[in-house]
Amino acid sequence: MTASTETKERNYPAPSVNLETEAYWAAANEGKLLMKKCNGCGKTHFFPRAICPHCQSNDTAWYEASGKGVIYSYSVMRRGDTPYAIAYVTVDEGITMMTNIVDCDYDALAVGQAVEVTFRQSDGDQAIPVFRPV
Amino acid sequence: MSRTSKAYIAGIYEHPTRKAVDQTIPQLHAESAIGALADAGLTMADVDGYFCAGDAPGLGGISMAEYMGLDLKYTDSTETGGSSYVIHVGHAVNAIAMGKCSVALITLAGRPRAEGVATLGARDYGSVLPELGFEAPYGPVVTNQYGMAAMRHMHQYGTTSEQLAWIKVAASHHAQHNELALLQKVVTVEDVVNSPMISDPLHRLDCCVITDGGGALVIVSPEIAKTLGDRCVKILGHGEHIKHLNAGQVDITYTGAVRSGPIAFEEANLTPGDMDYVSIYDSFTITVLETLEDLGFCEKGEGGKFVSDGNLISGVGKLPFNTDGGGLCNNHPTNRGGITKVIEAARQLRGEAHPKVQVPDCTLALAHGTGGSIATRMGSSTVIMGRNDA
Repeated sequence: MTASTETKERNYPAPSVNLETEAYWAAANEGKLLMKKCNGCGKTHFFPRAICPHCQSNDTAWYEASGKGVIYSYSVMRRGDTPYAIAYVTVDEGITMMTNIVDCDYDALAVGQAVEVTFRQSDGDQAIPVFRPV
Repeated sequence: MSRTSKAYIAGIYEHPTRKAVDQTIPQLHAESAIGALADAGLTMADVDGYFCAGDAPGLGGISMAEYMGLDLKYTDSTETGGSSYVIHVGHAVNAIAMGKCSVALITLAGRPRAEGVATLGARDYGSVLPELGFEAPYGPVVTNQYGMAAMRHMHQYGTTSEQLAWIKVAASHHAQHNELALLQKVVTVEDVVNSPMISDPLHRLDCCVITDGGGALVIVSPEIAKTLGDRCVKILGHGEHIKHLNAGQVDITYTGAVRSGPIAFEEANLTPGDMDYVSIYDSFTITVLETLEDLGFCEKGEGGKFVSDGNLISGVGKLPFNTDGGGLCNNHPTNRGGITKVIEAARQLRGEAHPKVQVPDCTLALAHGTGGSIATRMGSSTVIMGRNDA
């Protein structure tokens, strides 16, 4: 795990996509990270839902996120054939999301590190958002 | 002093197996049930309430009721992972207090070792889970989720791997006296921090064991407890809570114990300082550390200092915990350790723990269960218990 750039990555299982989230995944295939905001209370929530978990309004709308954030926490799985870094990233829009950190030295990751969104192909044709150090 | 109790723990049983190659899961449930009923001085015919969780085969308790030949007036199959059975204790008290049943049986059993079930693979609870698409692609398994919790706790409060290691060290000191414990060797802080890294910052010895087996509890009304003698243990308070990711406002430095604990203490009219012994769910060392803070045994963020220097070792420290060796060394049957937490607390209150770890004059005890993941969603439950004359 001393390589500055990991060339070998694990296979990413394809996400399950449903009626509430298909716009998120369609945008991911175009290289965009979407967030869901409630027009009732104005708050962003994650994961995106049809019903706002803050105020229960059904008037929720998509918008494109900046793609910038910082690592809230992470853990590098050392067991198994291919190490990988799971993480929570707090994005500029104010929510914290589970993700992977890629294109990085696993031994140099840190809580608070600045990261930006990038995308990986999962099994199948679906792109998924991941993050890399800025 | 005699505290009021709406129901009593009359029977306990921890299945002795740790690898069940010759038994089926229903058989393990039934053997555990028979053991707990015999311990109480009751039989299957006395049971009128049955409580089980997702480890029981079939729809709720339907199949196991048939298998064990139960004649029921009440059933509850609340499923919150490893904390289910601690929640069941509280629900059984409620049911008994409402007159819905008078002898409640709770069972747990499973055989992941015999079936060769790995814990590394991503869990599949069904594609309809709302959060699934936003987590499963990223490989969240048990160890790396708890690793993230530990990593954040270290960042926020300065907790160290050595401090976490003390939790395992204390468990191992207790397990050396338990001839059924899977791991009976006493380990040092150095042993823990030098064991292989599994998922940063958790080492192999920060993780609990994987075992087959099971356990059962029998909860009875005060009227029936009177006929069964002074081995019955009072249930004085219960609290439960589901904590989740709160719409993206994530904080994984605390657990659902922040809610379940105060509810249980208030019902019992007791405080953390009153506890002579605690059973704390110990899937990982970090689980114990966060839970002790959240239950109020020390200030938030001070857990590392609190658990250090043997403070959790019976006869050495101020707060003896998990004197059976816990999930870290003794038993974590079918990856669900809640029931063994209640069982060891009851042993302590009966004075039936191993003499080397028995807390002198143990009068008041706490058992806490955690189910799911402390880094995503969890069910938490706290039960306060008292000796028969407490």
